Amino acid sequence: MRRFLGWAVLGIIVVATIFPFWWMIRTALTPAGDLLTDNAGLLPREPTLINFERVLGLTSEAEARAAGGSGAHIDFARYILNSIIYCTLIAAFQTLFCAMAGYAFARLRFPGRDLMFAIIISALMVPPIFTLLPNFVLVKDLGLINKMAGMVAPTLLMTPFAVFFLRQFFLSLPRDVEEAAILDGNGPWGIFWRIALPMSRGPLITIGLTTIVWAWKDFLWPLLVGRGEQNRLVTVALGVFLQQSPNTQPDWTGLMAASTLSVVPVAILLIFMGKRLVQSLNFTGSK
Amino acid sequence: MSSTKQRDDRRAAWWFLAPVLTGFAVFYGYPAIRGAWYSVTDYTMLSTPAFVGADNYDKLVHDSQFWRSLLVTIWYVVLNIGSQTVLALLVAALMHRLTRSVLLRATLLLPWLVPNVTVGLLWMWLLDTNLGFVNHLLTSLGVGPVGFLTDATLAMPSIAAINTWAYTGYTALLLYAGMLQIPQYLYEGASIDGAGEWRMFRSITLPLLRPILALVLVVSLIGSFQIFDTIAVTTQGDPAGATRVLYYFIYQQAFSYFQMGYASAAAVFLALILGILTAVQLRLLRASTSDLT
Repeated sequence: MRRFLGWAVLGIIVVATIFPFWWMIRTALTPAGDLLTDNAGLLPREPTLINFERVLGLTSEAEARAAGGSGAHIDFARYILNSIIYCTLIAAFQTLFCAMAGYAFARLRFPGRDLMFAIIISALMVPPIFTLLPNFVLVKDLGLINKMAGMVAPTLLMTPFAVFFLRQFFLSLPRDVEEAAILDGNGPWGIFWRIALPMSRGPLITIGLTTIVWAWKDFLWPLLVGRGEQNRLVTVALGVFLQQSPNTQPDWTGLMAASTLSVVPVAILLIFMGKRLVQSLNFTGSK
Repeated sequence: MSSTKQRDDRRAAWWFLAPVLTGFAVFYGYPAIRGAWYSVTDYTMLSTPAFVGADNYDKLVHDSQFWRSLLVTIWYVVLNIGSQTVLALLVAALMHRLTRSVLLRATLLLPWLVPNVTVGLLWMWLLDTNLGFVNHLLTSLGVGPVGFLTDATLAMPSIAAINTWAYTGYTALLLYAGMLQIPQYLYEGASIDGAGEWRMFRSITLPLLRPILALVLVVSLIGSFQIFDTIAVTTQGDPAGATRVLYYFIYQQAFSYFQMGYASAAAVFLALILGILTAVQLRLLRASTSDLT
């Protein structure tokens, strides 16, 4: 009986988790004109793909307007591709560079090591909004507004958390394997590439995956420096799309189609990497 | 021997650290100093900054909008952290006692994977006064359409609820991971002694989870204080400033009114709050890792 009650509560929570997504897809499949009358059933009475077509930029302006859009040009296929490029660049480079630094802080001996590490870690205490304003001015002065380079710049090379996390991991690696490699004539680079990196697949994937997820969610920074159509990310595009709504009422069917598209890549990530993602929470517990 | 080794490391270390040190200097160190400098200038992005001493801070202390935004932020943090932590504890405890299913965990993680912007849009639609599903449901029950995001008293609780929906699963999984570290035999023993589930939760799970719970709480607090995306999408600080949180206040000062100096002063203030919280977090993180090794 107790167990049944427990499962019932979990069941309610699962439904509450899933239902909004279902309603999002359901709305996306509804013709805009039917929203007022057809708002009860779990499926639309006359499902349509027109909303997806128009947010993917596959329809003409007139067709888009007839289906409830503003007629402004939108192309979510492009925005999603931009977001994928953005996430991949950041995750790949940040993980590699922070692994290098984490390894150096954990294993190499050089003067000022602990002080340097302490300074980097102290940056964890500085909230993003504080560096955001000057970074915006910097990127603007460098002429990198609306360029992918300006968008990825602040996080491509490092985040203090990744350095901290990976150093922590390298500290826990057994030293004897590395010492054997030194005797075999390997320098620090050889040990890093041939021994340390292959032994850290788990933590590297953890940092890489969490970085991808956070980058996918990024909004304020890309909104400030990447509003331009060419490199617009999916989150920014959703915000712009909301503002473009034709009437007083937002273009809900189009917005829900675009929202659905913004969920698809992470849903795919969850399907293929779900176990990894879930396990990764066992050790980060932060960020 | 040892001296030559040390010299070699030094050379290699620069290569290992070059990208991170560059990134740190250019995008963390330099802007942090520059931000502090802006806060004592009248910088507007159109002019070159001129030193104005503590003027911005003085103005900040006397700005009722600023104090209101601080109160609004705290109100949000209390609502969000309160509901999110209680719910996450419940979900984590239930999973811990009932199932190890990865499918369930992955499902609960889904809202966290979705951009806050999408979450905001999704709930803005569900809570829409005229056509939203929730109001449709309420009207059919005879309760009237409710302006969840347009009513001054309801807007903030609604936003807190939206983010509770988005982050409860994630928080629950962090707590669940902590619970998995509690030895199973404690529960078996307690159950032989006739202890009920609630009793076990109170005298085994909760006390042993404390270090992790404290860490998760601080991490959630830091995140909560920085709420922005959801508000930028749904209410934009309205109705009448009821949801203008600190982050949004700073954003408006900087990018709607171009008061970079003033915005930076407010950012310094927020940085102080978050700095203290993060210092606590780092202490807890050290404490929890040293327990495990």
